[in-house]
Amino acid sequence: MKRGSIAFWGAAVLFLALVLLLTQTIANEYWFFASYPILRFIVLAVAWSILGGYAGYVNFGTSAFFGVGVYTAVFLVSTTGAPLPVQIAVAAVIGAILGFAVGLLTLRMQGIFFSIATIALTIVIETTVTNWRALGGAAGIQLQRPPVTAPFHSYVQLLVFAQAVLVVLGVATARYIQNSWIGRGLQALRDDELAAECTGVPTLRLKMVACMISGALMCAAGAPEAMYLQYADPSSAFNLNYSVSVLAMALIGGTAHWIGPVIGAILLGVTQQLLAVTISSEVNVLVLGVMLVLFVVAAPEGIIGLFKRRRRTEGKA
Amino acid sequence: MTGTPATDLPLLRIAVLTKRFGGFTALDNVSVDIKAGERFGLIGPNGSGKTTLINCISGAFRTEPSTVTFAGEDITRLPPHVRTRRGIARSFQIPRPFRSMTVVENLMVAVDFTSAAHLSLSTDDHRDRAMAILTQMGLAAKADARVTGLSQVELRKMELARALATRPKLLISDEAMAGLSGSEVDEVLDLLMKLADESITIIMIEHIMQAVMRFSERIMCLDAGKIIAIGQPSEVMANARVQEAYLGT
Repeated sequence: MKRGSIAFWGAAVLFLALVLLLTQTIANEYWFFASYPILRFIVLAVAWSILGGYAGYVNFGTSAFFGVGVYTAVFLVSTTGAPLPVQIAVAAVIGAILGFAVGLLTLRMQGIFFSIATIALTIVIETTVTNWRALGGAAGIQLQRPPVTAPFHSYVQLLVFAQAVLVVLGVATARYIQNSWIGRGLQALRDDELAAECTGVPTLRLKMVACMISGALMCAAGAPEAMYLQYADPSSAFNLNYSVSVLAMALIGGTAHWIGPVIGAILLGVTQQLLAVTISSEVNVLVLGVMLVLFVVAAPEGIIGLFKRRRRTEGKA
Repeated sequence: MTGTPATDLPLLRIAVLTKRFGGFTALDNVSVDIKAGERFGLIGPNGSGKTTLINCISGAFRTEPSTVTFAGEDITRLPPHVRTRRGIARSFQIPRPFRSMTVVENLMVAVDFTSAAHLSLSTDDHRDRAMAILTQMGLAAKADARVTGLSQVELRKMELARALATRPKLLISDEAMAGLSGSEVDEVLDLLMKLADESITIIMIEHIMQAVMRFSERIMCLDAGKIIAIGQPSEVMANARVQEAYLGT
């Protein structure tokens, strides 16, 4: 293993140990309730950047994948009472299948056409779930949390730990892709799809792979949400806000490196939480919009782009 | 059909290829065989169908079944990346580098996706292979430069190097010398000659006549999608219809 990999996995283990330690030492439930959405956004933003960043296919369908993850969990809990790890695993599989189907339908389109198709997809799936009686339909469905298992004291702590594991899995996947031939292929097709094909890159197949991995992670990130809210309804599970927030987080952080979406998600996620507590949750969207505009104008390559630029100018001096 | 030894087969066979865009016929009944190891020149005025023919060979355009045969196999149903892996590489008339990458990374994409063992070889091995090709092309000093900072001749060479990194049997150079100065033209021409010596079959599309004349063993001239002359360079140049197409009457 290379030194970079050892450092990465060391940090990952340390991160999970820290989360576990905090669940044992912090009694105030609020901190877990507030940090859960941030972790969830990290997974979503990292997942988004695999297709949206590396391959340059801007996906507005995050909320579709996320919502399908939520409703997979709802379905499993209400029919079989499956435990949380099973919910997440099944959601990931369904996410990959959905990614495959979506990819087949939309990945031959390029640029804005692909993006519009993914919005349409969100609406189609939301409408389907809204009219699905067994899943609660438009009125939504109440869920009962099962009793929590040791070592956790509350179910929210368990959810936070599960989402932290997903963060590690998601980031590790994104990091692997970025450093491998898959990442170079995606980057090549983002730069020039015909040139990539003529250089031997199987562009359609790589995009499909990216779409499936991205979809699996997004669905997996959605699965614990059902138990987090103890309630699910189509208009919040498939809310387009997820798509927009996640896109903003990835772009503000920067998509050229896996750390970008992580930074973006932490920055915007924390900001959103602070605003929701201090002013109102409605201000979130406004702040998101303003930040996105600022970054597009001032730092089109995101926060990591700013750092890179500084390093480049320092190198010259 | 048992008596034909494999060596007599043409590497590339275009057979009664016609390509229409709506009502416009870009290629009309084009048939030509290109032998393995041949240096083949393709000329013709603007809009005569040269690049369309290249796109049909490399797979950017789809054509009717069995109009394009490579190494004895019908490749008309194969997507471009499979054709590249079979050994057809090309450069583009207007360079199309991967702009977000460095020069060596551009080549590594080619090595990554065309070497048979691309999963087992390490990234370092791929980098070494890419560097070897850059050295051969005289671009080693620019390996870690961004492609956006390259000069025109460097960009042309980078495109040829990237095509070469796919280990082609057939290399199609689409106006690799356009916009270059006299000495730069010679530089690129020498490179192509060297590659031809390594038994790579080369199709060269070019407007610079001295270059095509010096390079080619055989020249084909297209006009309005039809072959108007094919043969030895001197014969083709002496052909009245070629002179008419190029100079007008």
